[in-house]
This record gives sequence, structure tokens and C-alpha cells, in this order.
Amino acid sequence: MIKTDVVIVGAGPVGLFAVHQLGIIGLKSEVIDNLDKAGGQCIELYPDKPIYDIPAIPVCTGEELTKNLLKQIKPFKTNFHFNERVQEISNQNNNWIVKTNKNKIFSSANIIIAGGVGSFEPRKLPLKEAEKYEEKSIFYSVRDKNKFKDKKISIFGGGDSALDWALELSKTSKVTLIHRRDEFRGSEHTFNEVKKLEKQGKLNIKTKFQLASIEGDKNIKFITIKNDEEKIIKIETDYILSFFGLVMKLGPIAEWGLNLDKKHIPVDSEKFQTNKKGIFAIGDICTYPGKIKLILSGFHEAALAARACFKNARPNEIYKFQFTTSSKEIQERLGIKTK
Amino acid sequence: MPKITYIDSQGNEKIIDVKNGLTVMEGAIQNNVPGIDADCGGSMACATCHVYVKEEWLNKLEKIEDAEQDMLDMAFEPKKNSRLSCQIIVKEELDGLVVNTPSKQT
Ligand SMILES: Cc1cc2nc3c(=O)[nH]c(=O)nc-3n(C[C@H](O)[C@H](O)[C@H](O)COP(=O)(O)OP(=O)(O)OC[C@H]3O[C@@H](n4cnc5c(N)ncnc54)[C@H](O)[C@@H]3O)c2cc1C
Ligand code: FES
Repeated sequence: MIKTDVVIVGAGPVGLFAVHQLGIIGLKSEVIDNLDKAGGQCIELYPDKPIYDIPAIPVCTGEELTKNLLKQIKPFKTNFHFNERVQEISNQNNNWIVKTNKNKIFSSANIIIAGGVGSFEPRKLPLKEAEKYEEKSIFYSVRDKNKFKDKKISIFGGGDSALDWALELSKTSKVTLIHRRDEFRGSEHTFNEVKKLEKQGKLNIKTKFQLASIEGDKNIKFITIKNDEEKIIKIETDYILSFFGLVMKLGPIAEWGLNLDKKHIPVDSEKFQTNKKGIFAIGDICTYPGKIKLILSGFHEAALAARACFKNARPNEIYKFQFTTSSKEIQERLGIKTK
Repeated sequence: MPKITYIDSQGNEKIIDVKNGLTVMEGAIQNNVPGIDADCGGSMACATCHVYVKEEWLNKLEKIEDAEQDMLDMAFEPKKNSRLSCQIIVKEELDGLVVNTPSKQT
């Protein structure tokens, strides 16, 4: 069991800044995110797009913002637990017990939920049958490419992941790449490579087709795909790889006994506390009168929630307001050498 | 105010007065029309505001941009008449527009 002052659910921009606000007042935090990296929407949905409304930063991209936030919290040496979804929350002797889907357990007086619109999960294939083959014959990411050697593989998608894996796996397997239209949004270079292989007969491309059915028993035997004219093609398939990007799923957060307003968690606008003492919600996931879903609002919410966490984590100490400019204590925490 | 008709996958119909300048997505969200999630708040990054536009209205809409097509690749069961409702801006000429929402968004 990992003991800490605050467990932060979500490593989006707001969760990251919460680490900072907790760190400067002397609180330790552990951050959990289902993604494989920090940055939330900024890194997953718009890493290269410019943001123009971060105070005092005229322009930066989603990726730059993330990098700078990480740099700013570096002194606190915070632990990040990536590729893990927070699954359960329970209360034990006034402490919150937080459990992830990989069975990691945390104990803490405070939880800050900075979960955005929910955890990022791969977008699943639309067919019901797909569920039963998941992680057996259907995969949404490739962990071990050897698994796919000398097999018949149907790859769905039009982005870089689909093109890259079509290229890679066609070296050792029989690959069919299926996409709903002729244009691919992945890199032109990779697309041209894939096209070249198709001409050489080393790979099949079926455009304007979508998945119609999956047939098999324990494993998939074949799939059918169809186009707008209802033309149906049967393709022998051992494995399906599907790359339709990520979706945000509120998922387990909805089961923690917190009040919900549609997909948001109502909080007060003094501490950003939920209906449960010691559980706070900040950033896109919280709602209160006047809430705007902006990064800058999330930063403000992080500052206030952090102070409220102090009272729970250090019940016998008094919180002192200090400026970073002039507080030796804060500067020490930031690793700044003062004279 | 233009009237926009939203029909869900069960055939239930809702006719909503949507102010000029709002998007078809916003018209749905602000009036609790089910079937549109709009997780990214209209920034064309989620494809959960996907709708099917009734054929006769398709060519009355602004031309579809590449970026919208790219997002539609990821939508649930896209068809020829698929659009992202956050990219359709309501104006007088769209009075009477009919859109169908898919059986789910993700
Ligand atoms: C295209 C686009 C452009 C934008 N432009 C701007 C802009 O110019 N200015 C601006 O201020 N805002 C902008 N935004 C909005 C901004 O990105 C969000 O307000 C911001 O990302 C919210 O941060 P957050 O940390 O609250 O949540 P997110 O960034 O959504 O991060 C939440 C994180 O929590 C994780 N998570 C959720 N649940 C769990 C769980 N149970 N277990 C583990 N992890 C979990 C998720 O995986 C995710 O990584 C834009 C958004 C988009 C999509
Ligand atoms: S609301 Fe996300 S793409 Fe339209």
C-alpha cells in the first residue's frame, strides 16, 4: 500500500498543476492516469495545436504546455502511475483507499479527481461480437508483434497507427488494410510505402469498406466487410487490429458514490470539494455555477483544492499563506538555493 | 429562429428552435436532446457529436473539411451522409434541417 497526502486521478494539465500547488505547500502526491503519458487532452487530442489563452504565455502547443508543466513540478519528484485506471474508492478510518485496475492500492486523506471527461480508452469496434474476442483475436494496440507472425490480419483505420502496423506486419503476415474512404489521414510517406507494397502484392487494401460481421467460435475464422453499395466481401482473418483513436469514458468515476450532473461532478467553489469530505474535483470534470472548461480555470481550482487538502493531511498544523517570491520554505521545496 | 429536427435511432423526434450562430451540436446539448455526447465541447477532437444529415440537406451545408472527414473516420458507423454536428452552424437557410443521431456515439 502506498501512503501519501493526496492521490491525484488524472495527469492532464490540471492534475499536473495540482502537483505543483500541493508541492509548494509541502504535500506529497501520487498521480494515476490511464494513458501512457502525462498531458491529458493536450497531449492526446491536440499536441501540435496552439493554445493562446494561458496567462503570460502568448502561445504554446498542447505538447509544450505539458512539457513545461512537467518541468515546473520536477522538484517534487512525484510518482506517476501510467497505464492504470483508478477503479475503486473506499473509506477506512477516515482515510481514502484508492485501488487501480492493476491492483495497486493507495491510502490518503485526500483524493483530487482531475479526470477531465473521463479516462482515455481505445475506441472499440461497433459490433457486439467484438467484445467476446477482445484481447484474444481483436486488439486495439500491439504489445508483442511476434504474436502476429505468419497470421492473417485485418487492420482497420486510416491514421498513422493503422498504416504503420500494416507496413510492419506485412513483412511477416498476410495483411488486409480496411478503411472507410480512399483518403488516409496518416503520414503521406507511410501511405506511399503501403501503396507500393499493395502494387507488389504484399498487402491488400480495401477502401470504402467497413466491418459488417465477425464469424468464428473460440477464435475468429473470417470477417465480412461491406461498402455503401452493400457489396460484401469475406476475408479470412486470425486477428483484427483496430485503430480508431481514443475516447473518453467516465467509467468507474460514476460508481464512487459521488453526486453527478450529467458527466460532471458538482463541487463548491471554495474548496472544490465533492459531496464526500476529502474528495475534490477540479478541471473539466467539475461543475459549479459559472464553470468554464478552460485550462486556466482548472489551475485556479487546483490552487484552492490544494489548500483544502492541507487541513485534512496535516490536521495539527496551521496552513500559512506565503508567496513563492519571498518564502524560503517554498524555495527550498523547489530546490532553489537561497543565500 | 431556425427549427432543427433531431431524430434518434428509435425514431423519436425532437424539434428545437436553435439560435442562428449556434451549432447543431449546441442546439442539442443546451436542450437536453439525447444522442449527442460532444465530449470535446465542439473542438472537432472527439467525433461524439456525429449525426446523419437527411440527404436533401447535405448540399445545403458548408462543404466538409478534411479535418472533419478525418474525425469522422473514428465515428460510430459513419455513412455517406455523416457530419459532425459541432461543425454545422445554424442559419436561416437551415430552417427545417433534419438530422438523425446514431444508436450510440462510442
Ligand atoms: C482540440 C482542443 C482544443 C482546446 N483548446 C483549449 C485552449 O485553447 N485553451 C484552454 O484553456 N483549453 C482548451 N481546451 C480544453 C482543455 O484541453 C481542457 O480544459 C483541459 O485538458 C482539461 O484538463 P483536465 O486536466 O481537467 O482534464 P484532461 O486533460 O481531460 O485530463 C484528464 C486525465 O484523466 C485521466 N483519467 C480520467 N479518469 C481516470 C481514471 N478513472 N483513472 C485514471 N485516469 C483517469 C484521463 O486519462 C486523462 O488523461 C481544448 C480542448 C481540445 C479538445
Ligand atoms: S463535439 Fe467533439 S467533434 Fe464535435
